[in-house]
Amino acid sequence: MFEATDLNRRDARTQRLVRALFLLMTVLLAAPVLLILGVLLVKGGTMLSWDFLFTEPTNGMTAGGVLPALVGTVWLVAIALLASVPVGVAAAVYLSEYAPDNVLTRVINLAIINLAGVPSIVHALFGLGAFVIFFGFGTSILAASLTLAIMTLPVVIVATREALQAVPHAFREACWNMGATRWQTIWRVVLPNAVSGILTGVILEVSRTAGETAPIMFTGAAFFLPFLPASVFDQTMAMSLHLFVIATQVPDVPEALPYGVALVLIGMVLAMNALSIGLRTWLRQKKKW
Amino acid sequence: MSDAEIAVRDLTIRYGQHVALKGASFEVRPHEIFGIIGPANSGKTSFLKVLNRMDTFTAGMHFEGQVEVGGRDVRAWRNLYALRRQIGVVFPLPVGLPLSVYDNVAFAPRLAGVRAKADLNVIVEGCLRRAALWDEVKDRLNALGSLLSGGQQQRLTIARALSQKPRILLLDEFSIAVDPVTTMRIEAVLSELKAEMTIVLVTNLVQQARRLADRTAFFLMGECVTVAPTEQFFLRDADLDPRARDYVEGRFG
Ligand SMILES: Nc1ncnc2c1ncn2[C@@H]1O[C@H](COP(=O)(O)OP(=O)(O)OP(=O)(O)O)[C@@H](O)[C@H]1O
Ligand SMILES: [Mg+2]
Repeated sequence: MFEATDLNRRDARTQRLVRALFLLMTVLLAAPVLLILGVLLVKGGTMLSWDFLFTEPTNGMTAGGVLPALVGTVWLVAIALLASVPVGVAAAVYLSEYAPDNVLTRVINLAIINLAGVPSIVHALFGLGAFVIFFGFGTSILAASLTLAIMTLPVVIVATREALQAVPHAFREACWNMGATRWQTIWRVVLPNAVSGILTGVILEVSRTAGETAPIMFTGAAFFLPFLPASVFDQTMAMSLHLFVIATQVPDVPEALPYGVALVLIGMVLAMNALSIGLRTWLRQKKKW
Repeated sequence: MSDAEIAVRDLTIRYGQHVALKGASFEVRPHEIFGIIGPANSGKTSFLKVLNRMDTFTAGMHFEGQVEVGGRDVRAWRNLYALRRQIGVVFPLPVGLPLSVYDNVAFAPRLAGVRAKADLNVIVEGCLRRAALWDEVKDRLNALGSLLSGGQQQRLTIARALSQKPRILLLDEFSIAVDPVTTMRIEAVLSELKAEMTIVLVTNLVQQARRLADRTAFFLMGECVTVAPTEQFFLRDADLDPRARDYVEGRFG
């Protein structure tokens, strides 16, 4: 009586096939990532040393380390985050928790989506016009960071908005029914439960900010500047531009050097991601429903 | 009129074009338990939503007519938060906030400005006891409210409503997820609470209305058919609308 029918068996077979197919896709997806890392490690692994990280480039950038570029990228990413996370989160909170569904809100949403689609070279020109020239920051860390911030703002906004909307509406109503204001509800219940989703957005933003070259090229990143920036109004070297320069613009660079620089850049991004993912996992363990 | 705790005149509630309650007029007196019974779809929940102005965040919901709470038109409150803090509500689907059990119950007192830990402790314990939940959670006040069992969350919601020290308590089918024994315990507490507040009890259980309610309204298809002392619904010779009698005697709905 309790035996599988032909139909059951066929369903099970289909199920196994679909599963295997999707597994294959996933593995194919991982392959390029592993290949890139593998090639970088094989070709540039020999470059890695504390000296490489903590000394300046010498010999017209054909030898020495990456310190100024490393420090410059940290500055750029940190200031870009400092500018874009508060603005992005505030905008997302407004759009998801306060904004009435009207024409203005829709126009703003459309603008955000389009902002995400603007090519980075256009952002670069915008940053040049707005921050370098109009606001008079000159080519500086500040101008470059703000350009990066504008470019990555949609990432933060969209991720935050999705994280907020994932918090069940019933929680909000329960709070309102107790006489909590919108802000009290957001602050005590909604935001704490959206933090891990917001962090996802920040992770994506970090990766993108650290790797971008075009937006900083005209706005604050220097070709070669073998000392550390003293203030946000200085120019600085940056890992991404440095890699571009030694890979394409400087003659007689030893083959391993660009790979080494790329490895450090990827390592930085991965390290920052790992940190955020760790933080997120820790927050998720306290997940509340 | 003025001594009514809740005075409803010609209340019509709409969702868009759809009429959920039409032309209801009745009063709820201070310190009574006012039962509302009636089949599904009759507008019971919609009525409760008007009392604390949930229409402001329910899409498409509008109402006409007059609803006074404590002698004041609910539309005259400019600060709706103040109105809502005086009204405790319990809805059929329990919502434990994603906070600890303790913080769930301390939420409203904190909104009301209670800061001292000792005061909060007293309120939290008192409200949990009244909601018949204290014994089950007293050792895990730091556990998440949203991870309690359904029935426990329902009682947590009741405790939370009580923590507001409400002037009016609205209960919408509160016992739907609660076992019969605990339901009896809560019912006993409700009878005591009358001394402190006015209670509106929407229930699908006619017998629950019979046990608790001083007066009861019968809603049917968006109409408030009858308001009468509860025992009238159960007296054979009382002068009762036949639709109400049919419902109470289980002949439909
Ligand atoms: N948010 C809403 N949007 C649109 N229509 C609604 C909404 N809430 C209720 N209604 C409609 O209003 C009418 C009355 O609903 P209400 O929830 O007040 O009934 P009820 O008497 O509480 O029923 P039940 O006993 O099933 O809880 C129903 O026809 C319902 O479809
Ligand atoms: Mg209902």
